[in-house]
Parts: sequence; structure tokens; C-alpha cells
Amino acid sequence: MSARKFTLGSVFLYGTLALLALLFLMPAYMATVTALKLPADISLPTAWEWPSVVNWASFSDALVKLKPDFINSLILTICGTAGSTVLGSLNGYVFSKWKFKGSDVIFTLFLFGMFIPYQVILIPLFQTLRAMNLYGGLPGLILAHIVYGLPITSLIFRNFYSQIPTALIESARLDGAGFFSIYLRIVFPLSIPGFVVTSLWQFTQIWNEFLWGICLTRHTANPITVGLANLAGGQAVTWNLPMAGSILAALPVLAIYIFLGRYFIRGLLAGSVKE
Amino acid sequence: MNQPLRVGNSPGAERPDQSDLHMREASLDKLKAFLTLLPSMILVGVFVYGFIGNTIWTSMTDWGGTGSMSLEPQKNFVGLENYIDLFTGFLGGGFRQDLVNAVYYSVMLLAGAVGLGMFIAILLDQKPKGEDLLRTIFLYPMSLSFIVSGTIWRWLLAPQGGVNVLPKYFGFEPLTFKWLSSQSAILVFNWQDSLRILVYVAAFVLIMVGLFKLKKDAGRAVKRWLIPGIVLGALVWVFGGILPDALFMEEEHGFNLATLGIIMATIWQYSGYTMALYLAGFNGISQDLRDAAMLDGASQVGYYRYVAIPMLKPITISAVIILSHISLKMFDLIFAMTGPDNAATGHPALNMYLTTFRGNEFARGAAIAIVLFLIAAMFIVPYLVGQYRQQGRH
Repeated sequence: MSARKFTLGSVFLYGTLALLALLFLMPAYMATVTALKLPADISLPTAWEWPSVVNWASFSDALVKLKPDFINSLILTICGTAGSTVLGSLNGYVFSKWKFKGSDVIFTLFLFGMFIPYQVILIPLFQTLRAMNLYGGLPGLILAHIVYGLPITSLIFRNFYSQIPTALIESARLDGAGFFSIYLRIVFPLSIPGFVVTSLWQFTQIWNEFLWGICLTRHTANPITVGLANLAGGQAVTWNLPMAGSILAALPVLAIYIFLGRYFIRGLLAGSVKE
Repeated sequence: MNQPLRVGNSPGAERPDQSDLHMREASLDKLKAFLTLLPSMILVGVFVYGFIGNTIWTSMTDWGGTGSMSLEPQKNFVGLENYIDLFTGFLGGGFRQDLVNAVYYSVMLLAGAVGLGMFIAILLDQKPKGEDLLRTIFLYPMSLSFIVSGTIWRWLLAPQGGVNVLPKYFGFEPLTFKWLSSQSAILVFNWQDSLRILVYVAAFVLIMVGLFKLKKDAGRAVKRWLIPGIVLGALVWVFGGILPDALFMEEEHGFNLATLGIIMATIWQYSGYTMALYLAGFNGISQDLRDAAMLDGASQVGYYRYVAIPMLKPITISAVIILSHISLKMFDLIFAMTGPDNAATGHPALNMYLTTFRGNEFARGAAIAIVLFLIAAMFIVPYLVGQYRQQGRH
């Protein structure tokens, strides 16, 4: 690709990329077009066509229906993200800079928790939350998200902190700084990017979660994913509402992704490739 | 308690005392580090390992039916009965089809998402104009929740609309395939033969590994892999009849075509993820190495085939692990696309939910969860052990 000439290769390259990009954008286009139609204008054969009359009311109608769930999800996501990120940062600090005998084994045991299918802990989680009187509401769900978020947040911070030179920590120790003052004065100020990456990752994960939402919350504490599934479920749906609802439910994470995509990708890579 | 006093009183002994103090501070710091980690250790210990143990126990009881929703439900130990019932029982047919679905689903998702993601990454590695925008377009589906993408795809795959009418705009006949409600199945097999099929698969894997290793060390490949594989295959072929039937009646399972739409939607959502992984990997390969390969006469295709892709084997492994994990807990997307109780597109993860929370058969649900867990562990445990060993070497 030295010279950007009009060659057969570059025609193939740009042609294929354009085609793939269109395919990837197709669902987004369909959702937008359908959301903007009047219910009466929606028919299967003309589903791809731009609406003759643009109907913004779908969005406000969907918002009215989804608003309580949207607020639940906001509370849930903010609390869950904050809790798991702060704990993950402390764990990562210990795992990378204060290794003790067996800490690597413990770290690997932590990671395992990231890869289990959550069905395997669902029944005891359900029973435990009921016994703690936390079943059905947001606090129980927040607790679950904090606990099961620990493996990934600890992993991201551990990898992040292993880039901080150990000499820096050592010299601080010689100056008499202890465990917490090293964290507060040296490690924490250096780890703002780590906090951004981790909390964006957790935000999208918690916002998008569905299984616990449907199994562990009552109607009043449903997160947005459950609300959307209810809105779209049922047989006689007018499709403009679910589509508008989908766009609303996707907006927060989509915004994160479009404006802070760099950090989102770093979180995504941290979750799979190590160092 | 006397230590600080002594430091003040005898300045001559300051150095040893101070290092003594440092030692004590250091061990105090180590204690603090341990105590900081302790709450998380307890939480993960209880919520991950304790809960898995609890589910294993539950799967060996008869917890279910009336009275199962009380906080202290009645449970009696029944051993492996739930598992035997799932795999060979009269009422386990649905679960068995779900399991078959999950296997086909995982294989197709892996092939599709790794293949397409790698292909897009290679295209973007040519540094076309607008690379940033294109990357954003290919990756945005990954940020969406499965409920959002499932809702949209359900509409896209409606029988008389969406994808099916697209060919009309290019002058072709519209498609008539029933994406999510087709009743046809291909690659059908009889569950009675499942033991024989498993042995065939094992033989096939042995032979494939043998062929793969033939170039490196022909003698060992033939002795260790090829011959055992061929012998095993021949044995089942001749004596397969001796193996017991896995079921007392004929029961057919296959690849349900109704799951094609769900597989397509998942590939759409996750090939951007593999693309990002490979792209990061390609960018990490030095330009020098690339130039060297080109100087040696490697073509573009040859460079990726023989240099770049083999170098990125760890990335391929990560992608396979993450994607198989995703396909095993596939719940949300199927829920949103076909509803939780569509038999043709069922999945053990959904079956577990329905059995447990709709049917109140907790023990049976736990057994399904453990089956899922064991399949997941087959992939993950070797991966994590490998990662752990690697840490030790650094």
C-alpha cells in the first residue's frame, strides 16, 4: 500500500470495506427508520423505506414507559461501577505491588470467576439475597454486580499497575511511606486512566446486563434491559415503540463508545490479552 | 512497645534499630495488604466457589415442585438422578436438543466471528482512508446490550420483511426463509447413537491433530495421534453395536435452521470484537519484521498466512475462550429474538431459567447449570492454568 493509486487491489479493498460497513449499519438504519414512522405506516414490505411523515412521538412514548427502568439502571450502574472499580483498584494494587505467598494463585482463582456461566451461581444467589432480605430490589442487584465485577476490575488494575516501576514504590518505602500512603500519594494519582478504562467497561457491562435483572428484581426495580424486553415482548406490538426504546436504551453506552471509544477498546483488550 | 524508647535513648545503635523498625513496618504493610484483599477474597470465595459448590449439592437433591419456594425448602439427596434424567430420561428431550443447539451454535459463532473479524482486521491493516470511522462502525454493535440487538434483529428477520425483502431492491425475488420459526433441521442424528458419535469425534480429532503435526515430527505424529485415531475409528465402525444405546427410544436431534438468524446476529455483534483484538495484534508487529517478510518475497497473503496470524496465536486463543464463554451463556439474545420458550431455538442457559424460575424445579435447573459450567470449565481451566504458568516464568 505504498502508493495510493487506483489499482485493482484498492478497488477491492474499498469496495469490500464499504459493503461490510453498510451491512454493519443496516440494523441501526432499520431501528431509526422504524422508530420514526407512525404505527399505521409500518408494514413489512416497506420496512426499509424512509417514513413519509416523521413521527418523533415514538421516542417520547417509549420514554414514558421506560423512564422508571431507566432511572433504576442509572442508580444500579453508577453504584455497581463505583463499588467494583474502587475495590478492583485496591486489589490490583495488592496483586501487582504487594505480592505475598500464594497471591498469584488467588489472582488466578479470581479470574476464574470472570468466566463462569452465571447460571451456575444463580440459584444460591437468589436464595442468599432472599435470606438477606435483599431479593427484588436494587441493593441486592448492586451487591451482585460489585462482587462479580471484582475479577475483571482487579485484572485491569493489576495489569495497569504492573507498568508502574517497582523502584518508585521502593524509594517511597525508604522515605517511610506505608501501604496506604503509597497508594494515595503515588499509585492513585497515576491511575486515573485506569479508573476511566475500568469504570467505562463496568458501566457498559452493568447497563447491558439482563439475566440477573429478570431473575432477581421485582417489577418496580427492573433495569432498562428488562423494561425493554417487556416493551418488545408480547405478540401485538407496534414496532415503532420497541425500536425507539432500543435506541433510548442504547444511547448511554453508545455515547460512551463513540466519544470515549479509545478507552472502551482498552478495557476490551485488557479483558482478554494480558500485558 | 519499648522499641521506640530505645531508639531515642541510644543514638549509637540507631542504624540496626531503624532497620528493625523498617522490617516491622514492612511486615505491618504486608499485613495491611493482605487485609485489604481479604474482603474481596471472602466475597469471591463465597459468591463464586461457595455458590458453585452449593449448586452442585442442589443438583443432587430433589428440590422442586410444591413448597420449593419456601426459604427452607425440603431437599432429599438423590445422587446423580437429575443428570441421568436429563441425558436419558423421557422428559429430557428438550434439554438434549438445547445442548445440540449450543454445540452447533458455539462452533458456528467461533468460525464466523473469528473468520470475519480476522478478515476485517486484515483489510483495516492496509491503512485505508477513514480507518477510524470504519473501526467505529465495525465495533459499535459490541457496545449494545443483547436485548437491544435482539429486539432489532427480530424485526429485521420478520418473515415477510427486513432481510427477506432486501433482494427486491436489486431486482431479485424476495426470500421466503422463516429465519426464526423454521422447523427444518439438517445434520440430524439419533440420540441413541450419541456414544458412538462421541467416539467418532474423538477419533476424528486425533487424526486431525496427527495430520497437523505431521510436518513437525512425522514419527511421533503417526505413533501418538494418527494410528490411535484410525484404530479408534475402525473399532467403533466394526464393533460400535456393542456400545450401549444412550436412550431407550429413537430421538432425533440436529442443527435447527431457526437458529441461523440468532447466529447471524451474534456474529454481527461480536466480529468487531475479534477485529479489535487482531488489529491491536497487527499493530504490535514491528514494521521491520513486515518489511523483512516482504523482502523475502512474501506476498500480502503470505505475510498474514505465514507470519502475522501464527504470531498472534495467543490472541486467537483469547478470542476463542471469550467467544465460547459468550456462546455458552447465550441467554439475552435468544430471549429477545424468539422468546424464552421457543423449542427450536432453545439453549441450556434458557432452559435453566425456565426450569428454575418458571417451573420451580430447582434441582433440575441446578443440574443444567452444572452441565453448562462443566463445558465452560473444559475451555477455561486449561487456559487459566496456562496463563498462571506464564506468570511464573516472567
